[in-house]
Amino acid sequence: MESAININNLSVSYRNIEALRGINLNISAGKLTGMIGPNGAGKSTLLKAILGLININNGQVFYNNKALIEQRKIVAYVPQRSQIDWTYPATVWDVVMMGRITKTGWFKRFSNVSKQKALNALEKVEMTPFLNRPIGQLSGGQQQRVFLARSIAQEAEIFCFDEPFVGVDQRTEAIIFNIFHKLAESGKIVLVVNHDLGESITNFDDLILLNKELIAAGNRQEVLKQENLDQAYNGKVMFFNENDYNLAA
Amino acid sequence: MLEKIIEPLEYAFMQRSLIIAILVGLICAVVGSYLMVQRLALLGDAISHSVLPGMAIAFLVNGNIFIGAFISGLISTVFINIIRTRSPIKEDAAMGIVFSAFFALGITLITVVQKENKIDLNHFLFGNILGVTLSDVRDTLIIAIIVILIVILLYKELLFYTFDKQGAEAVGLPVNLLDLGLMMLIGLTIVASLKAVGVVLVLSLLITPASTAYLLVKRLHIMMFVGVGVGVFSSITGMYLSYFYNLPSGPAIVLVASGLFILAFLFSPSHGLLTHPAKNQNSPQIWQELKNLIKNGNN
Repeated sequence: MESAININNLSVSYRNIEALRGINLNISAGKLTGMIGPNGAGKSTLLKAILGLININNGQVFYNNKALIEQRKIVAYVPQRSQIDWTYPATVWDVVMMGRITKTGWFKRFSNVSKQKALNALEKVEMTPFLNRPIGQLSGGQQQRVFLARSIAQEAEIFCFDEPFVGVDQRTEAIIFNIFHKLAESGKIVLVVNHDLGESITNFDDLILLNKELIAAGNRQEVLKQENLDQAYNGKVMFFNENDYNLAA
Repeated sequence: MLEKIIEPLEYAFMQRSLIIAILVGLICAVVGSYLMVQRLALLGDAISHSVLPGMAIAFLVNGNIFIGAFISGLISTVFINIIRTRSPIKEDAAMGIVFSAFFALGITLITVVQKENKIDLNHFLFGNILGVTLSDVRDTLIIAIIVILIVILLYKELLFYTFDKQGAEAVGLPVNLLDLGLMMLIGLTIVASLKAVGVVLVLSLLITPASTAYLLVKRLHIMMFVGVGVGVFSSITGMYLSYFYNLPSGPAIVLVASGLFILAFLFSPSHGLLTHPAKNQNSPQIWQELKNLIKNGNN
């Protein structure tokens, strides 16, 4: 059986304000899944709700028919860059090694295997030369790649990224998408919150279109139909034929 | 010179005070590093003021003052959390309300008790390191060992938690337990430090050496080591200054630590005001605003 996340009737409110309403959704492994929707649509909220990082009013989240929250060791989560204190006294190496903490276990030191895996992960995101650099002295794109390396080092099954492309350079975007594709091809769940409807959206296999409730989900081209976008963005977005070009307004 | 260094050590009370000062300088720098990177300096201040009623009650019922202080500090953090989560009041205001209330209660209790017993409110507020007993040394040593052991054993988990709470929670680390553990570390450290510098100046030992180290190095554990160096050096130097020039011990320690911070602030290779002047060219902005105001006022 192919791995999948199943979400049943998930609802979230913040102090009586409804943020998400009755979400039913399947996210399958082996595909690069993007989550899109207007500002305030509840994209980050849904991601956090899936991972059990916020209280939900209602609903369940399963991974392979078992509550996801009981299998957290296989989850890698990279929060929005703005959520991190980049003045924290840590180096690139320190952050990547955080990905090995649950595998290492309590009261133990990192093994040589763990160190090698962290090195390999840094290699993949082309950040090896910055090993000893304090994280505050990196560019936005480099910081994002360090967090990607952390999730790779973790050897997770479920990879969740909140707005990984905000404020990153072209080269970083290419590196990150390349790794996302490889992770998806190797049978992982890769779920990416993305507010940008530009050209880069063609990188995703599946999309989840959200605005407080689920508008559409599944194959990218199916989801990006004009009627779905009209419903999600209140008619403010034109999405032209992919073969020409895409435009978000 | 050597004679001068050895001279105070001939007195048993100076030996005990120095041991306490060194232990306190050590654990305060380590735990203070966590307070600093989490921007919880005010919480350190809140807990340190909140321990006062516990100490007074412990004294009244002939209990252990350390335990009384610890329980009192713990209760205050519970109150702060209740106010923060069950009302629209923000954390900083909640801390201010709770710690000043506890502090006031503590001062009242001690003042009442003071009349019948030979205790001195000043010793609680500013410490009385020269009056420590052998059992105080023992208690402080036990606390210091517990604190250092917890930090060593939980170092990697606490690093992850204090750096990226949600990332740590997502991979399944027990973040609420880690948070409680951190609060216990802070509480224990403050309680252990009260004899040395008292309620009012504890915050300095927690924050100043850690901040000094933060200006000099860029990894948490190295920051802790450098902070310990700064803290212990301040403790020893402060005690000697206090011995030779008849200064109050707690404030002398704090002043040395503050002096070291000023040095790092001015001369740090990466952040120093004098060694990195390029970073500070924006400072005259307030003058610009002021000039504009005056100019506009004349028109």
